[in-house]
Amino acid sequence: MKFMLTALLGAAAVFAAGTAQAADTIKIGIVNAYSGQFADPAAQLDNGIKLYMQIHGDTVNGKKIVIIRKDVGGIKPPLAKQLAAELVTRDGVDILAGNLLTPNALAVAAVSADAEKFMVIMNASTSFITTKSPYVARTSVTSAQLNSAFGTWVANKGVKEVYTMVTDYAPGKGSGKAFEGAFVAGGGKVVGSDATPVVNPDFSPFVQRIADAKPEALYVWVPGGTQPPAVGKALAERGISPKNTKIYGQGELTDDAALEAMGDVSLGIITAYHYNIHRDTKMNNEFVKAYRDANNGRDPDIYTIGAYDGMHLIYEALKKAGDDTSGKALIAAAKGMEWESPRGMMSIDPETRDVVQTIYIREVQMVDGKPTNVIIDQIDNAKDPTH
Amino acid sequence: MQQQITDPQKWMRQKTRISPIEIAFWLSVLAVPYIFFPNYLALANQIAATAIFCISLDLIIGYAGIISLGHAAFFGLGAYAAGILSQKGWGEPITGALFGAIFAGFGGWIVSFMIVRVQHLALLMITLGLGFLLVELANTLDWLTGGSDGLVGIDTWNLFGVFKFTFWGHTAYGYTLGATFLVFLLARRLVNSPFGLALETIRENPQRTTALGVPNRARLQKVFTISAAIAGLAGAILTQTTETVSLDSLGFQHSADIAVMLILGGTGRLYGAILGTIIFMVARDQLSGMNPQYWYFWIGLLLMIVVLFMPRGILGGLEKLMEKVRGL
Amino acid sequence: MSQILAVLFDGFAYGMLLFLLSVGLSVTLGLMNFINLAHGAFAMIGGYVTYSLVAFAGWPFLATLPFAFLVTAIIAAGFEVLLFRRIYQSGELNQVLFTIGFVFSASAIAAYMFGTVHHSVPMPSFLTGYVELGTIKLPSYRIFLAAIALVVTVFVVGGLEYTRFGAMVRAAVDNQKVARGLGLNVGKIFALTFAIGSGLAGLGGALSIEILSLDPSFGFHILVLVLIVVAVGGLGSIWGSFVAAACLGIFDVMGKYLFPELGSFLIYLFMVVLLFYKPLGLFGKR
Repeated sequence: MKFMLTALLGAAAVFAAGTAQAADTIKIGIVNAYSGQFADPAAQLDNGIKLYMQIHGDTVNGKKIVIIRKDVGGIKPPLAKQLAAELVTRDGVDILAGNLLTPNALAVAAVSADAEKFMVIMNASTSFITTKSPYVARTSVTSAQLNSAFGTWVANKGVKEVYTMVTDYAPGKGSGKAFEGAFVAGGGKVVGSDATPVVNPDFSPFVQRIADAKPEALYVWVPGGTQPPAVGKALAERGISPKNTKIYGQGELTDDAALEAMGDVSLGIITAYHYNIHRDTKMNNEFVKAYRDANNGRDPDIYTIGAYDGMHLIYEALKKAGDDTSGKALIAAAKGMEWESPRGMMSIDPETRDVVQTIYIREVQMVDGKPTNVIIDQIDNAKDPTH
Repeated sequence: MQQQITDPQKWMRQKTRISPIEIAFWLSVLAVPYIFFPNYLALANQIAATAIFCISLDLIIGYAGIISLGHAAFFGLGAYAAGILSQKGWGEPITGALFGAIFAGFGGWIVSFMIVRVQHLALLMITLGLGFLLVELANTLDWLTGGSDGLVGIDTWNLFGVFKFTFWGHTAYGYTLGATFLVFLLARRLVNSPFGLALETIRENPQRTTALGVPNRARLQKVFTISAAIAGLAGAILTQTTETVSLDSLGFQHSADIAVMLILGGTGRLYGAILGTIIFMVARDQLSGMNPQYWYFWIGLLLMIVVLFMPRGILGGLEKLMEKVRGL
Repeated sequence: MSQILAVLFDGFAYGMLLFLLSVGLSVTLGLMNFINLAHGAFAMIGGYVTYSLVAFAGWPFLATLPFAFLVTAIIAAGFEVLLFRRIYQSGELNQVLFTIGFVFSASAIAAYMFGTVHHSVPMPSFLTGYVELGTIKLPSYRIFLAAIALVVTVFVVGGLEYTRFGAMVRAAVDNQKVARGLGLNVGKIFALTFAIGSGLAGLGGALSIEILSLDPSFGFHILVLVLIVVAVGGLGSIWGSFVAAACLGIFDVMGKYLFPELGSFLIYLFMVVLLFYKPLGLFGKR
């Protein structure tokens, strides 16, 4: 028993890391799911931060930018809150960033509000997170922004009936609801909807239901990663393709891995996204090339671009606010800021602090013998309609 | 217990006597974070709340021999009960925590009818399955629970109407540690009572206790209900002090984590639960801070080393070491 | 009608995937009585063996499968001699802690070596798309999975029941002391059995890349599923695992087709109810 005390003190001694704060640094705390189920999007996000700093240097206003990374290891809001609180108390960070996942971002936002720290959401896409702290700005996208614009677009194309299949959790259901709402408002009708389980999805029974229903059009929402290729394969196995059913979805559905898995049957699928790596502009091409060079040829994705623009917002806000790194000064500087990103023109809404950007409508077409997402239309200055 | 017990009541009193080392331990967990590590109070708060949860698991695994892989279900029931109560307008912490505990205890009582009828792998898998079912249920009831976005709008009132819960964690740690101490005293009283001894006997030899006329199942149901209530208390307190709760609090990973902490510290000795929680969470905090992407390699190594060299957990290993030192 | 048949087959094929993933565990946990939560880690190793051979050495997918089995079995034998055999006699809880620790470390090493990205492997053309049987479309890869599963079942059940080594394994598992007394090298038999079980895990991992895809947390992803299969099938029965996997697959896929709103509840509901009434599983011996 005596050893317990020693063990405790020994463990406590490990803490003895100093929290000395130098005035010539600006610290950014990143709460991100570096390990576990979401490790890959987390890594893509982190690489976006690294790339921005590699290109634009690590000093702003003559001060060195220091990144402090904390791993939350999945959806764990209590831990995210602890880490955010400790970033403030222990590490003395000026800015809270990262925020891959909505529940964690909500917890970090509470700390941002209490501690009055500037916070940047680099990915989480549920609309109302920005209302939880007056010091929050978002550089990714919101589900409602993307999908309500898309629903209206689809209805305007004269599509009358749609069957929806979304993942059975908040991002999927939120996206589905936004799409259906806008589609119905535009005169369309939802003829059926299914929700697929988040874990271990075998899409075949759901796809069979769609094959039975023979709808005019299908809307699919699945999270990026392993599921888009799985849905693609299931659709191909059941013979559902744009040849007989119009297929719509959020951009994840036709990411490159999914296109590879689906092959020719993917031709004609139409998706909405806020970033398209094949968008042919000088800035985007340079960005994609720099990213590939830095990451063994891997392509950037929405996590990367959210983080890249998030860092841009932080750098520019710091420049504009001068030496004042308080939450108030930085959010004031961030409001209304407008810039050209590899994704296109974007800005921070001065009212809602949420992102305003162009939504690209893309169709899968054969380019150089490979199915590729080609931009066929765009919706400029799209805002989140729920704010 | 090799020595002959001539006076059982005296023996029981000896078992329950609080030693100076224990007093020193509790004083140090109170003082050390506040005085030396005020920047770590948010972590300390998490550890204290998790320690309550770990004690609840020790009651059923360590004392009653009910191995559960779904105990987070009760943690989560308490967490959501307290969270929803607060969201609906009643944010008083102490009554909220008790509400969470009672709610989870009720859930535990219902489940206990099922639990006491199965053993071994079936028990493990049924607890695991019930945990998954509850997660899915909470995801489906998103109008109530917020679904996978987590519950939003929890607001905990000041403790005793005076102390405000801030992100610094001064109030939170005091509140949680107080609860941990009370739960510890309760658990200790419980395991050293005739009831606790009966549990250990059932664990060791259920046929024998049946022959002696002990109602095995009723005893096990009782301890399972108590354990569920304590797990719910832990959940409620963590929800109140962090003002967040999400589906992961109910999930398998949470159940597995807490079982790992308990086995790491050593089962069936209460302090093992506390020590295991402290070591695991401090190690995780420090390792993940140093190496956010690959830290769990070191955690895995730690677990394997403990099993190889301290088969009775860290506390068991320390006790053995003490005996050796004394023997010299 | 033809839809129902197609869904039934999908369910069966999904069940066969579950079986291939869990047959190794019904050897290590089921026969050897070792709480082997590291099973998923060995499946992951097999997956990465196949991925590496395809991606870096340019092998065709099918040629890698024997190596997914062999390499995983050899690695597992090494760990058995070094580590696992030391804890056969420890309690269940220690086995849980140790093997969970093993999965943690293995998954960190995989993340370090192969990155966090999801990997997939290109399939030969005859395994993509579907085969039309009258009005029913049956996915080719799933037919392939079902065939492999049947072959594996025949080999494992036959090997255990009808070979000398199988008899030695059964003897060593049933009663170590007597087996030792009869001059059997129990340590060696256990090491071989563990290696075979883990090799089967590796094969299952390699075969499931096409459907589940491969990433460093693979070992955790499949853990719950394979435990369900083995528990429902019953400890000590390979055949039980086969039947359990087929039932679970059909029940899950059929249930999702007919009652999609219950989709994610079904597999757990099935397990809880079944184990409550049959705690030993369908064919459990102990």
